[in-house]
Amino acid sequence: MTSKRSELLLVIAGLVLLLVLPHILYPVFVMKALIAGLFACAFNLMLGYGGLLSFGHAAFFGTAAYAMAHSTKLWGWPFEAGLLLGVAAAAAVGVVMGVLAIRRQGIYFAMITLALSQMLYFLYLQTPFTHGEDGIQSVPRGKALGFIDLSNGLNMYYTLLVVVLAGFWLIWRTVHSPFGQVLKAIRDNEPRATSLGYNVDRYKLLAFILSAALAGLAGALNATVFQLASLNDVTWQHSGEVILMTLLGGVGTILGPVIGGALVVTLQNYLAASGLPVDVVIGLFFIACVLLFRRGLVGEVIAWNERRKGS
Amino acid sequence: MSTEPVLQIRDLEAWYGESHVLHGMEFDVRAGEVVALIGRNGAGKTTTLRAITGIVKKRAGSVKIDGTEAIKLRSDKIAKLGLGYVPEERGIFATLSVRENLLLPPAVKPNGMTEAQIYELFPRLQERARSQGTKLSGGEQQMLAIARVLRTGARLLLLDEPSEGLAPVIVQHIGRIICSLRDQGFTIVLVEQNFRFAATCADRFVVVEHGKVVDQVASADMDAKSGELAAYLGV
Amino acid sequence: MSYQALMAQLAIGVSNGAFYAMLSLGLAVIFGMLNVVNFAHGAVFMLGAFVALFLKLQLGLGYYASLILVPIIVGAFGVLADLALLKRLRGLDPLYGLLLTFGMTLVLEGIFRYFYGSAGVPYSAPEGLVGAVDLGFMIMPLYRFWVIVASAVVCFGTWYAIERTRLGAYLRAATENATLTQSFGINVPVLLTLTYGLGVALAGFAGVLAAPIYSVNPLMGSNLIIVVFAVVVIGGMGSILGAIVSGFALGILEGFTKVFYPEASNIVVFVVMAIVLLVKPAGLFGRAT
Repeated sequence: MTSKRSELLLVIAGLVLLLVLPHILYPVFVMKALIAGLFACAFNLMLGYGGLLSFGHAAFFGTAAYAMAHSTKLWGWPFEAGLLLGVAAAAAVGVVMGVLAIRRQGIYFAMITLALSQMLYFLYLQTPFTHGEDGIQSVPRGKALGFIDLSNGLNMYYTLLVVVLAGFWLIWRTVHSPFGQVLKAIRDNEPRATSLGYNVDRYKLLAFILSAALAGLAGALNATVFQLASLNDVTWQHSGEVILMTLLGGVGTILGPVIGGALVVTLQNYLAASGLPVDVVIGLFFIACVLLFRRGLVGEVIAWNERRKGS
Repeated sequence: MSTEPVLQIRDLEAWYGESHVLHGMEFDVRAGEVVALIGRNGAGKTTTLRAITGIVKKRAGSVKIDGTEAIKLRSDKIAKLGLGYVPEERGIFATLSVRENLLLPPAVKPNGMTEAQIYELFPRLQERARSQGTKLSGGEQQMLAIARVLRTGARLLLLDEPSEGLAPVIVQHIGRIICSLRDQGFTIVLVEQNFRFAATCADRFVVVEHGKVVDQVASADMDAKSGELAAYLGV
Repeated sequence: MSYQALMAQLAIGVSNGAFYAMLSLGLAVIFGMLNVVNFAHGAVFMLGAFVALFLKLQLGLGYYASLILVPIIVGAFGVLADLALLKRLRGLDPLYGLLLTFGMTLVLEGIFRYFYGSAGVPYSAPEGLVGAVDLGFMIMPLYRFWVIVASAVVCFGTWYAIERTRLGAYLRAATENATLTQSFGINVPVLLTLTYGLGVALAGFAGVLAAPIYSVNPLMGSNLIIVVFAVVVIGGMGSILGAIVSGFALGILEGFTKVFYPEASNIVVFVVMAIVLLVKPAGLFGRAT
């Protein structure tokens, strides 16, 4: 009971913090961190709960960003419609990539998703609607629900907060649903899950599509906030970044990727100002994570807490 | 015999992951002896061999080979003490030819058999030298697995169920080979389910139960104790 | 499309295939032994080209000297990287190996990008390899021809060393069952480290070969490595010969695509991968996993 209560307190404290944060920190920075957190959480749905490492999640993020940017800028679609189109487009890419990639496991799954997302990168590089290296620029932020002017920083922030929290809530519900339980069973022992009569591939595919759609939600929001959809969103480096966020925060934890996302965004901001080579430091973090604390920050805290309870 | 045992095992514990399999095994093997470890499935016989070779890494206690403590050594260093291991299910490499399988283990002691001597002993292996290792019949694979360690000069051999899954006539043949190895002065530790087969050349039986030695019977006392042995084996 | 143009693209295709073959070969050998998908393979390829450049600029050493020295230097780097980093991940889920080598890639590329930006530095081919060679059925740039020959020799040499020598038998045995191999008295941990060094040296060699064709630049490896991953998925990672054959074949296919449908030339390998996954998921030369 006390742990339930402290969990609730934690959630309320978090919400209060998120409400006041844009008044303390630069709102765009907080939005960037929230988007990163959502992206990492979506990715973690696949790695942490499905046991499959996707090295191609930038494809979903980028696809949705393009869909959002194109539909709101050229077709004049409203914010909500653009968001939906972005999520749908990412899910569609997820279907294609998922159908191919779940035919192999483990390390091959990672290589296949990486290769397919790189293929998409080349396609986007060549198709005219993405405007190649320039990307789709000055994407209008528009109005949410027809009356909330998103060009105002705080309006944008609170709208984004609602959408992101809805995304987190969906992920939380999925993980704790019967579907999530089956997914974890597959991760822990696939042959056993098969023998229990679950159609393992179908579960994996569904999880992959859901993960892709949520990554798309993050990508679409990103295009609106930064008013830009560019090739950078689709690169393998971006796919790597989301892995680092998740790893740093804690694979298979709900809170971990959010914290990891915020940390990586903070780190990037700091490094961009310092003139140090960003990639080198990110790479060193990667190496340190893999060698020293594979459970990630949140994972280590949980393990420490359990050890303390145990003794 | 007053000489120091070739293999001295004291208080040997071993684990597979979290599961504790050996609980203080103790026995000695003297030079030139053939000792058979017998006991039910899961008693810890194979684990004992794997703990001696260092394949099971999580272990404690003492394993002395020719007087050298091996408990802290890595498996390749243990082999170099003069140990030859014939694993369960022979361990023939599918990606290696018969000859490559034969030549794989490096010499661990001087005066191992030459390739020619091996082929004299096992003419079949020469005929099939270029085939893929696992294309051999079960009996041939068993011969190859034994021949493989004879080349290395090891004088202490650990054989894990050499009779397993073989036709009776082949089992007899393998039995004769083991007896002839004993006559040549090899020291042999044999793990066996097939009690009759073990009886053909063992000097002594070490009965294992729940990861411990519960009895030792010299082959001379066999007849008197056959009832007890049968009870141990659950036959 | 003229015959000459077709042949010119074919030549480029085969020589690109030569790089795919050398890199996927190294990847396959490393994966077989260490169970690590070496993401850093592309970065090491780039490192090889840069080391050749340094040897030339700092020590005045030429192309041929680099062809010998660079694999040794890069191989030594691989041995150190294995001892310092990869070795700690033995026995863990192979995904960690992929992530660690991904981190190594970011660091290596980041360092070179910090000093050189993304622009390339030219590295000229030695005089003896400039010009064209008449093969009878076509006229080919001599350097491309040299790349094909050199990589064919290196691929064959690697295949021979693995399939026909005693050390190769150790490698195959350890790939199949490392524990048992070690229990025969073979020092498997050293073998693993050496394998990583050798696989990486192969990529370094390919980097030197590539230097005169592509300009030496920090990103020359990372875009290539992802294509090579696709090649490896197509060929199946279990087979040395499969890696070589699919490397060359896909290079040729890419060359032809450049002729007939240039827009698709940089995605054709990925498309083939998708088809192979649908038809034969284990890869053309792979055993079912």
